[in-house]
Amino acid sequence: MAKIKGTIIVDIERCKGCGVCVPSCPANVLALSHHVNGKGYNYSYMANPDACIGCASCAIMCPDSVITVYRQKFE
Amino acid sequence: MAELEVQIKEENLVYRKSPLLTDKIMHYCPGCSHGTVHKLVAEVIDELGIQEKTIGVSPVGCSVFAYNYLHIDWSQAAHGRACAVATGIKRTNPDKMVFTYQGDGDLAAIGTAETIHACNRGENIAVIFINNAIYGMTGGQMAPTTLIGMKTATSPYGRDPKIHGFPYKIADIVSQLSGTCYVTRQSVHTPAAVRKTKAAIKKAFENAMAGKGLSFVEVVSTCNSGWKMSPVDANKWMEENLVPFYPLGDIKG
Ligand SMILES: Cc1ncc(C[n+]2csc(CCOP(=O)(O)OP(=O)(O)O)c2C)c(N)n1
Ligand code: SF4
Ligand code: SF4
Ligand code: SF4
Repeated sequence: MAKIKGTIIVDIERCKGCGVCVPSCPANVLALSHHVNGKGYNYSYMANPDACIGCASCAIMCPDSVITVYRQKFE
Repeated sequence: MAELEVQIKEENLVYRKSPLLTDKIMHYCPGCSHGTVHKLVAEVIDELGIQEKTIGVSPVGCSVFAYNYLHIDWSQAAHGRACAVATGIKRTNPDKMVFTYQGDGDLAAIGTAETIHACNRGENIAVIFINNAIYGMTGGQMAPTTLIGMKTATSPYGRDPKIHGFPYKIADIVSQLSGTCYVTRQSVHTPAAVRKTKAAIKKAFENAMAGKGLSFVEVVSTCNSGWKMSPVDANKWMEENLVPFYPLGDIKG
């Protein structure tokens, strides 16, 4: 069966750790890291990467446009 | 499973930062709605292919530096005067797509006269109005748009109409004027809302290019710093408190 899978890349150093991407994800993929970036922000990351469907909701919400989204169909 | 690893290559790309956004890191507080709306403006200009034709007018307020973030021509107006400056720019450059980007302190307080008269004259410009119900830049003072009961630096016990007057809906007011062709109120607190706001900005920019009159796009927004909440809580608070008073949807056109 065909399966759609997505993944995101967070530009960690530009992420401000605002967290608005986290509840916007319909698949509960995202969380704020316990680690911080160079500015001291707890950046967003895929805590549950297998669940990502590549819908781009997180990227659309990000005020700082730091999320890039990819999606691939597997036959 | 290794074969289910999404390959990072162009053909699998779904979304990336608009090429019209500069590489400057925005000075906005984490989670501020201004960043989200800037991104939409960039995407719309890119999709309409009007980068060379667009002139933005930034206000006084947190978005005073908007000109640092989009690869287009800009002017920056004195507090409240963006609609007047945009009028001059558009009338002397009728082939350009001219828009203003203004907060509620700028557009609906000190700039009320300029806003209303540009709307009434039907200038062929687009106005993007960020209503976060507070003066963000100066430290969270009460704005004309502040809700009754809302605590701000200058209404520490909550806005009391007996002392501070009532909040007003300037989008509803300008919708009554013959010069406006499109008046809408949107928001950016969910992915669906962001998509609708983008469509509204697109329509406004198309109207401005077609010379249909003034398009007014209000975006009910958050100022999590001024409201003293986390960005996620601010989105929730906005939905529960601001949206009932400032209902979303098209008002005219
Ligand atoms: C003539 C003048 N009066 C007052 C000020 C101070 N001032 C700067 S920004 C601002 C209000 C900004 O609030 P708003 O337009 O809501 O934008 P926000 O910062 O919330 O995005 C004020 C009163 C000024 N810069 N110039
Ligand atoms: S692309 Fe969609 S599913 Fe994947 S992390 Fe972002 S919001 Fe979640
Ligand atoms: S919305 Fe953007 S800036 Fe905010 S935490 Fe998510 S990735 Fe970082
Ligand atoms: S003070 Fe408010 S409006 Fe200004 S950048 Fe911060 S959150 Fe945004």
